[in-house]
Amino acid sequence: MDVALSADPRKAGFGQGMVDRNDMHGKDASRCAGIPMSAGDVDAWFVREVLPLETILMQFLRRNWSNRSDIADLRQEVYVRVYEAAKKQIPHPANAFVLTVARNLLINRVKRERIIPIEAVADLDTLGMAIDQPGPDRVVMARESLRRVQAALDRLSPRARDVVVLKQIEGLSRHEISRQLGISDETVKWHLANAMRTLADILYSEPSDLRRKP
Amino acid sequence: MSEVQHTPAAQGNDAIETRASEWLARDVAEGLNAGAQAELNAWLEESPAHRVSYLRLKAAWAQTDRLAVLRGSDVRSKARPRFWPLQAAAAFLVIAAGASFMVLRQPHDRTFSTPVGGHENVSFADGTKIELNTNTVIRARMTATQRTVWLDKGEAFFRVRHNSAHPFTVIVGNRRVTDLGTEFLVHRLSGQTEVAVVQGRVRLDAPDVQTPAKTALLMKGDVATAISTSLSITTKTSQELSDELAWRRGLLVFKDTSLADAAADFNRYNQQKIVIADPSAARLTIIGTFPTHEVRPFIEVAQSVFGLHVENRGGEIVLSR
Repeated sequence: MDVALSADPRKAGFGQGMVDRNDMHGKDASRCAGIPMSAGDVDAWFVREVLPLETILMQFLRRNWSNRSDIADLRQEVYVRVYEAAKKQIPHPANAFVLTVARNLLINRVKRERIIPIEAVADLDTLGMAIDQPGPDRVVMARESLRRVQAALDRLSPRARDVVVLKQIEGLSRHEISRQLGISDETVKWHLANAMRTLADILYSEPSDLRRKP
Repeated sequence: MSEVQHTPAAQGNDAIETRASEWLARDVAEGLNAGAQAELNAWLEESPAHRVSYLRLKAAWAQTDRLAVLRGSDVRSKARPRFWPLQAAAAFLVIAAGASFMVLRQPHDRTFSTPVGGHENVSFADGTKIELNTNTVIRARMTATQRTVWLDKGEAFFRVRHNSAHPFTVIVGNRRVTDLGTEFLVHRLSGQTEVAVVQGRVRLDAPDVQTPAKTALLMKGDVATAISTSLSITTKTSQELSDELAWRRGLLVFKDTSLADAAADFNRYNQQKIVIADPSAARLTIIGTFPTHEVRPFIEVAQSVFGLHVENRGGEIVLSR
């Protein structure tokens, strides 16, 4: 599969410690598509192309790294590296790039920490299959997304849900919300912030079919 | 599994996400002036970790913009109806016995009433449901711009479709109950009004300027008793509130209730009244669950447990020692 990356992993912005050159072997910078983009364009690309992959990315990370508490940090690290690389050059296709970055990150961790978990090594070999899977069907996602958002709201705590409902459905101002619920402006913002974090985890990290989640 | 060392960047991710959520919440809630925006930009520039975290939260939040289509009307998903406003809506019971109040009637006003022993359900187009208990009269003015119900007499349980643009209010006597997105019970009998919140919050105030009474914000479990201009607030458990609402299941629940009060409760539901002739008998307490429309079980308890004498006198059932 063609992955538009520069031949030198350091130039692609993988950061320190990326020593596995096998992945980069034979890739030719001349196959790169894309022109240098503004910061806003990178942001838009990131939101449009990378974030929808979070479910797949998280599945990959969970399957290949046993320490659960690391997963969110690993995800963020992948995003940082992907973003940094994209600032120089937008990679195509995004899904292969993201998973390649993830795989290299895990390999790097394993080597640096001198851990050789047998499961990790075995599963990393299946990365090829993961890349071949098509990205999420965006048409289907758009149709389902209202329902998804509704389901996500159901899982917020009651007070957080109240705040989101009053803001996004009823369209109230912060002042009106605080008055209605009898809480301070600061508390409204606090609930909003918490809801935003929870919603991001539900909407991005979790599989689209929430019913299957154990 | 041996200890995994976190990179310094990774250690801060939770803190970074918290910070990002605070920025986003602030922007969404109150907006950012030029200075704040510059501060945010500086923070985003500090590290790509800040930026990706912020982008992620912002993109997820943007998905909730779709919820705007649910505003106002009855929008149902195919699976089952979703009414968070209703789930968070006010459900409250109002009981008013005594004088009714003359209000200029408008063409939109509709009157609903139940006879003694009656039990009726009324549904409105906005999704609000009112359940009338025995011997109850309400008048409802439910238009596109106003939602007001007057409880002239009796007891009603309200499940309100919350709409902050057009709040739902119940006028009972000189008091007004305003739905803030809750479930609550309002009960007025013998010149006093009781408001019990089953879920969420309501605001209780007295709109008439000649009746200077405090505004109270009541939460789940709060029970406010208003007599004239005075207001006292206690707390009831969910079980106690459930017992008060037992009439919706056709039952009366007594827990350490005096016979006099129990008889008075029964009398609300039945044409044939129970009278306790002896003051000493009236003070006996009873525990139990009884159907609202059958006095026989209650009478039997009075006979067998308390040894009272039962007599049918002029259409009334008289209990005495």
